[in-house]
Amino acid sequence: MNAKSPIPPDLLEIDCDKELAKISGAIKNTLGRVLHKRGLVVGISGGIDSSVTAALCVKAVGKDKVIGLQMPERHSAEDTLGLSALIADHLGIRKVPIDITPILEAIGYYEKYDEAVRAAVPGYGRDWKSKIVVSDISEDRAYTLFSVVAASPDGRMVKERLELSSYLAIVAATNFKQRIRKMLEYYYADLYNYAVAGTPNRLEFDQGFFVKLGDGAADIKPIAHLYKTQVYKLARYMGLPEAIINRFPTTDTYSLPQGQDEFFFSVSSEVMDLCLYGKNHGLSVEDVSLHVHLPPGRVSAIYQDIDRKRTATRYLHLAPVLITEVPEIAQDLMMKKDLG
Amino acid sequence: MMEHEHEIRKFIAEKFLFGEHNKLPRDASLLEAGIVDSTGVLELISYLEEQFNIKVNDDELVPKNLDTIAGICAFLSKKIS
Repeated sequence: MNAKSPIPPDLLEIDCDKELAKISGAIKNTLGRVLHKRGLVVGISGGIDSSVTAALCVKAVGKDKVIGLQMPERHSAEDTLGLSALIADHLGIRKVPIDITPILEAIGYYEKYDEAVRAAVPGYGRDWKSKIVVSDISEDRAYTLFSVVAASPDGRMVKERLELSSYLAIVAATNFKQRIRKMLEYYYADLYNYAVAGTPNRLEFDQGFFVKLGDGAADIKPIAHLYKTQVYKLARYMGLPEAIINRFPTTDTYSLPQGQDEFFFSVSSEVMDLCLYGKNHGLSVEDVSLHVHLPPGRVSAIYQDIDRKRTATRYLHLAPVLITEVPEIAQDLMMKKDLG
Repeated sequence: MMEHEHEIRKFIAEKFLFGEHNKLPRDASLLEAGIVDSTGVLELISYLEEQFNIKVNDDELVPKNLDTIAGICAFLSKKIS
């Protein structure tokens, strides 16, 4: 007989009604009493996280005080524009479509990216497609190694491990996308005296899966405490369109389709959720392993990888480091003052 | 002192610790000591390949070969011979 996990199957269950009231109340309170802003700007990709964030903002302050920015570029998935329009129309918010391709062209992104990939894949050019993938987390492989997967115009697939300079060049160039989008979000926030709502879920926030001063920048992050599974539960509870709920989770960053599991987490978000929850709540590797149907060695490797990613991405969370504290401007003090 | 230990320690000190020499035991984990992370491993590989004119293969990218000073020295000796 197979051993059964002592962990209940509904581990990540939430009371959606209470959660919605909690988050929308906090958004409203923060806008009025801490940020002193009149509404919210959300970058909408047609993905689950930005859709739920936009819906929560609408619940908090009403559809007339939320703007959804659609910001596709040449490499975005074909359905990105349509799905982001779908959620904006579903919520009744104003949508602003801005194709960021010309900005990326002007800044030299496409040339820089192609050149960096060409260092690993000779002959790579504009008519090729590519994505970056991570090595699998296993017991004997503690390092996250990145490879480029490229598809030639005639359909030939190539996979090459990235060396230091190519890896850094690709990351540096690709981060333009998130930073340009954030620049536009703050343009509209300034224009209307609104705040910017960030869209990371707990997995992304905890593991540093965001670009500093790019998608990591925001005035409020309404779902950063929720596991991805819980974000889906809220989406269903709020009745968001099925096409968005059923969309394959993608980074929508590279020209070849790419899941978050390929680029950052190495396992599905459901498994990562349970491993992160298990680690956060002191659940044993053995119990979690029975729950997620993976060997204990693999779960143990994921537990270790969680710690390594927390260490490696800690600087992403840090505000600029001051040599000497300026106590009058300490953040917790300002929060106390604002909230009374 | 193991073969290449001085050079490896010098590289680690200059690259990761801004010249601060460390007394890290030979068998201490560079990952666990917080000295090397994923990008640091790529920097280490790049250094080994350029400095010692070797090619580190995908299946050699494991902590046994790269996570301790002793492991790096042993790996280097094997590759060079």
